[in-house]
Amino acid sequence: MDAFALLIAATLNAGTVLAFAALGLLINERAGIVNLGAEGMMLVAAVAGYATAVHSGNDWLALAAGAAAGALMAAAFGLLVIWLNTNQYASGLALSLFGAGFSAFVGLPYTQEKLGERASYRIPGLADIPLVGPALFRQHPMVYAAIALTIALAWFLYRSRAGLVLRAVGESPESAHALGYSVRRIRLAAVMVGGALCGISGAYISVVYTPFWVEGMVAGKGWIALALTTFATWRPARVLLGAYLFGGVTMLQFQLQGEGVQIPSQFLTMMPYLATILVLVLISRNPNFIRVNMPASIGKPFFPGS
Amino acid sequence: MTLTKRTWIQLAGWGSLAAAAALVGCSKKEETTTVATAPAASAAPAAPAPAASGPLKIAFAYVGPVGDGGWTYAHDRGRLAMQKELGDKVQTSFVEKVPEAADAERVFRDMVSQGNTLIFGTTFGYMEPMLKVANDNPSVKFEHATGYKTAANMRTYDTRTYEGAYMAGVVAGGMTKSNVLGVVGSIPIPEVIRNINSFTLGAQSVNPNVKTRVVWVNEWFNPPKETEAAQSLINGGADVLMQNTDSPAVLQTAEKAGKLAFGWDSDMTAYGPKAHLASSQINWGPYYIKAAKEALDGTWTGGGNTWWGVKEGAIDLVSVSDKVPADLKAKLDAARNGLKDGSLVIWKGPITGNDGKEVLPAGKAADDDFLRGIKFYVKGVEGTIPGGGK
Repeated sequence: MDAFALLIAATLNAGTVLAFAALGLLINERAGIVNLGAEGMMLVAAVAGYATAVHSGNDWLALAAGAAAGALMAAAFGLLVIWLNTNQYASGLALSLFGAGFSAFVGLPYTQEKLGERASYRIPGLADIPLVGPALFRQHPMVYAAIALTIALAWFLYRSRAGLVLRAVGESPESAHALGYSVRRIRLAAVMVGGALCGISGAYISVVYTPFWVEGMVAGKGWIALALTTFATWRPARVLLGAYLFGGVTMLQFQLQGEGVQIPSQFLTMMPYLATILVLVLISRNPNFIRVNMPASIGKPFFPGS
Repeated sequence: MTLTKRTWIQLAGWGSLAAAAALVGCSKKEETTTVATAPAASAAPAAPAPAASGPLKIAFAYVGPVGDGGWTYAHDRGRLAMQKELGDKVQTSFVEKVPEAADAERVFRDMVSQGNTLIFGTTFGYMEPMLKVANDNPSVKFEHATGYKTAANMRTYDTRTYEGAYMAGVVAGGMTKSNVLGVVGSIPIPEVIRNINSFTLGAQSVNPNVKTRVVWVNEWFNPPKETEAAQSLINGGADVLMQNTDSPAVLQTAEKAGKLAFGWDSDMTAYGPKAHLASSQINWGPYYIKAAKEALDGTWTGGGNTWWGVKEGAIDLVSVSDKVPADLKAKLDAARNGLKDGSLVIWKGPITGNDGKEVLPAGKAADDDFLRGIKFYVKGVEGTIPGGGK
């Protein structure tokens, strides 16, 4: 049973990495912008966060630096696609390639650096409950922050006026424009918030999850987050569920391998992708529901006054 | 108006793409020796180098960045050792991050056209492109690490990493409390399986009750995944971890969880000073020096294969932690000395597979062909090899 508690704990931690990035991408996609540069932003944020942690010794500052780096890169992307109307997919891919190269370049002096002692966290009282304690209450605060963010985002999108405006911009920028909203600025803000959240995810990887810097260390998590957003039909709670599911199946298949279960590891390696897609497709199988949830103008440029 | 705007957009787009491409592309560095006083290296009396004027130009192709702290870093240390030893007789350069694909061929041709007459390719995937370029350039000498195809002007070299794994196993077997060891494997090829088995044999030599659990990530380099794999081994009760992947993630995870682990390929102490028990280090220097000397004095011949281990100084277990008690250190030293003088043969029967069948009868030592084809787990390793280890 102890192993089960540890599996849950590891699942929550693995899911958190994906959740931040996927929720961020959800925000900018809700505003109608697809940013394929997630992987690049996460890598640059990872090195920015790691460098900050090395010099300041403060993990929170490092996460903030990661968020800032992500937002900055997203802003550059935003200027290109929102004001200059470049192709969102091509610009996003360019951002991804640029981020991979740039992070390797600036990260060079940090490959041999190391961080100080990593703090361990526990919620007093709750952490000592058998089974539940080790499973749920000995996590890094960002794990709980991801859950809080999901709830806040769901409320924001569906219960607040600002969220309504954001969705309107993603559904029909022309109408939002006619109503007097600045579509471009709102989209830029959404893209930057998305970049910041991807940045937090990147910095979480290099500072908390796998605390060192090596080039290319994000290793595809950005792409998984992008796919997750789509398969979760742009709903925050489903994104979080998908992230945990992916993390959970990843950990479970490693656990099974360690136990010596007779399934080829290549098949098990495929499982997280398969399981996540399957579950999310099943719960989102109603095509009308997808149509309602998919931002109508996603990926399309907007020309005010046209 | 529209035209200018569009042009501008295109320029911006292409510009950012070009910048990205330039940054992800291979980076090349050249280093000429700065050592003024060349050490009196083997006074080659016979024939001096055929290319009479100038130093021997030697090029290296690396698969990763020099700063990877593992595989490529170890090769670059070897290159520097050779440069230091031979001084201004050689001029070395390297190209890092050369992909194991068609690009490698272009890089090798480039190296030839720049006048390099001895070229090292440091990863398995360069085998075919290197062979092609070698056939087109018979006057250039080619050295390929970890491969098996050769030519009149191309030979292969490798190190017995499994000897390092065995020595790590000796330490692991003595340090484990749970009697469960964990290995994060990369890709189930004979080399990696051999290392896992040797690690287990080393552990069993000091602790017969030890079991090894293996988790495959099916990649050489994916730090988050390596972390997750290591975490799951720890969750399953393993308290000493080893890895055959390219990043320090496993050591880091052990450090965070208060468990023990090893460094692989290079000294990784810095990545987890509390968890680090020792590092299995590859030392390519002696071979690179030998190859360059042979090229210099004209004794270099193609077609052969060199497989060096502890005996030749190519493998060692370094930076052994103070946590390792003196009696265990003595056992480790005995193993090291045994490997050095040849009295210890790791792959000598009786060895039983984990399906209970005998794979090596008592008294019989495995030859290199046997070692190169290992596709089974030895007794003590749990599970089956993915992809059918029959």
